Amino acid sequence: MNLTLKVWRQKSTSEQGKLVEYKVSEISEDMSFLEMMDVLNYKLIESGDDPVAFDHDCREGICGMCSMFINGEAHGPNRGVTTCQLHMRSFKDGDTIYIEPWRSAAFPVIKDLMVDRSAFDRVQQAGGFISVNTSGRTLDANAIPVPKEDADKSFDAATCIGCGACVATCPNGSAMLFVSAKVSQYALLPQGQVERKERVLNMVKKMDEEGFGNCSNIGACEVQCPKNISLDNIARMNREYLMASIKPEN
Amino acid sequence: MASAIFKSSLTKKFWMALTGIFLISFLVVHCAINATIFFNDGGKTFNVWAHFMGTNIIIRTMEIVLFAGLLLHVIDGLILYFQNRKARPVKYAYEKSSASSTWYSRSMALLGTLILLFLILHMYHFWFKTRITHLDVTNHVMMIDGLEYENLYAQMQLVFSNLIVVIVYVLGCISLFWHLLHGFKSAFQSLGFNHLKYKNAIAFVGDAFSVIIPAIFAAMPLAFYLKFIQ
Ligand code: SF4
Ligand code: FES
Repeated sequence: MNLTLKVWRQKSTSEQGKLVEYKVSEISEDMSFLEMMDVLNYKLIESGDDPVAFDHDCREGICGMCSMFINGEAHGPNRGVTTCQLHMRSFKDGDTIYIEPWRSAAFPVIKDLMVDRSAFDRVQQAGGFISVNTSGRTLDANAIPVPKEDADKSFDAATCIGCGACVATCPNGSAMLFVSAKVSQYALLPQGQVERKERVLNMVKKMDEEGFGNCSNIGACEVQCPKNISLDNIARMNREYLMASIKPEN
Repeated sequence: MASAIFKSSLTKKFWMALTGIFLISFLVVHCAINATIFFNDGGKTFNVWAHFMGTNIIIRTMEIVLFAGLLLHVIDGLILYFQNRKARPVKYAYEKSSASSTWYSRSMALLGTLILLFLILHMYHFWFKTRITHLDVTNHVMMIDGLEYENLYAQMQLVFSNLIVVIVYVLGCISLFWHLLHGFKSAFQSLGFNHLKYKNAIAFVGDAFSVIIPAIFAAMPLAFYLKFIQ
């Protein structure tokens, strides 16, 4: 099929960007969206132009690197998939496709469609970890009993791949879905109890410092999240934070 | 105190929810008392209740708390609005917001502003006239069982004889409906109540509340204007 692409081109963080129109032809519907982008880039390279910079790594929906705002939606029109899992059969011959980078003050554009998501790393470093004894007598995680329901919820939260689609989609540029998934994943497990209170306090503090917006329960993040992370996690984080603020010591 | 309230994104959210729920509880009382006009008894019951609300020391104290709560809700809302705009400085060229959220959940600040503008007019019509100056009506006292009562009912009749005012009030109620439709559920989510067991119950009560209360309120100016109640 033949497509018209309107791609955001921006040379660097400090320079102004704009949408540039490209035509691509002979796109197979079996191609993934990123493969279609590869076709465009080959074409650009052959004609001596600068290829479109975009993030990608695993191309199978697990690394969270790919990040495109496609036709007004994070990771495109399909639900529960990342951009790399989106296939061209979701589009029609002759379609015009808008491709833009994540928009958020906390995610500055590095180049074209690449944004700097290190703010997520810093939030994670502020508390998204557990202390484990490495003295040689490390407790086997499988030997610690965890109620099935908690294990399931924790696992669901842990499937967050840190892609940032939640922030990109949120009209408030809020990172609550991501942060709440990280908080929940540990709060539900025995291993996460030691830092439970300081974790939520520190991660929320860092989240605010990084310039993410405030959640107003619009709920768009949950809809656009490629891993279907639930808003229940945000409610859990709200509870965790409330408890930790009222009684900070364990 | 301000630092404790606005300390983090989450504390701002909690105060938004708490003041919101408080304002919701006020709506219930306000609506219930005003609904006594539908007894169509020439305003007797209503005037007695209005007198109670205007003179009871506990109620008058709560009136101050109410203003404080409203003010906090407005200020917190404005802070959230401006901070959130800063968090998303560049707009998408193409954004399909309707695919993932409702327009009213994205427009709480706009709806809130409309409600606030309506409230200013509403306060001028009634609160200002009974607490600060005096009623516009000539028959401003009503005798009930040998006692004198301020005739707030007559003031309502007068205010709601103007079609423009009636339309503005109905529009205010419609804004309130959309604001509540998101706000009610949202408040509980913010406070962390969303267990599967009662999530649906909260959503149901929230939706019902958002329809019923504004509808009753809107019926008041309409009923006066159309002379369903005299
Ligand atoms: S919560 Fe979902 S949308 Fe947000 S970073 Fe994690 S996987 Fe991506
Ligand atoms: S490239 Fe790894 S999730 Fe898309």
